[in-house]
Amino acid sequence: MTFRKYLVLAGITVFSTLGDSLLARGMKELGGVSLHNFSGLLFAILNPWVSVGIVLLLAFFASYMSALSWADLTYVLPATSLSYVLVAVIARVRFHEQISPTRWLGIALIAAGVGFVAVGPAVSSAHHHAARPLPDHPEALSQEAKP
Amino acid sequence: MNDLYAWAAIALITLAATTGDVLLAYSMKRVGDVGEIWKTSGLLAVVGRILTTPTFFLGVLAMAVAFYSLLFGLSWGNLSLVVPASASLTFVANAIAARIFLHERVGRRRWIAALLVAAGVALMAV
Repeated sequence: MTFRKYLVLAGITVFSTLGDSLLARGMKELGGVSLHNFSGLLFAILNPWVSVGIVLLLAFFASYMSALSWADLTYVLPATSLSYVLVAVIARVRFHEQISPTRWLGIALIAAGVGFVAVGPAVSSAHHHAARPLPDHPEALSQEAKP
Repeated sequence: MNDLYAWAAIALITLAATTGDVLLAYSMKRVGDVGEIWKTSGLLAVVGRILTTPTFFLGVLAMAVAFYSLLFGLSWGNLSLVVPASASLTFVANAIAARIFLHERVGRRRWIAALLVAAGVALMAV
């Protein structure tokens, strides 16, 4: 794991948090979408909060795809789950919301879960071997063997 | 009635998101380390390799279903119910699906991590 890879994981965390928050704000502005005016979902994109939220979620998607190309799904998902903690911190600092003891416990559990995967290896899957260089590139193979 | 819609959306989000995550993870493992490909062959090569992986588009389709279910769910239920509930269930579903379909070695460390995060996310909703 290089510094750049940790940066990609941080990007996933931040972009998904901000994207989801902006989407939620935009959808609250639009009010309830019912089955009767289902087309309202398509026009939701015209709302500025929703459109900026979508741009941030695209940035999230690019970093997520990058991370999945060199790390396991079961590593990437817990490692980026600090976004839930981030939402609580924003709610506390920006909107002065009270955080209940149960939520603090939730934050502690998530942080513990992140710690558990963060110290382990990022890749274990058999599929990763399919993408490794062929033996006719011995220099690449020897690089792969280094810890 | 709104509760029923919200939970139906949560079930749909979980199913679609897990399907999407597994398909995308599978596709990106086939593509290979995009950082390495970018360094050696450029960004166009990265985009080209991703766009010639058919399962990538199936994954994006599943994610689109999950995304629209989320919009739908958010307009009915609270952000504080729909997002944590679907996310919590998706963590556990993904750990099981990654083990079965991606043959990832989900060891004790990763099970504990998935369960801790799922429990933590669920508690955040209370």
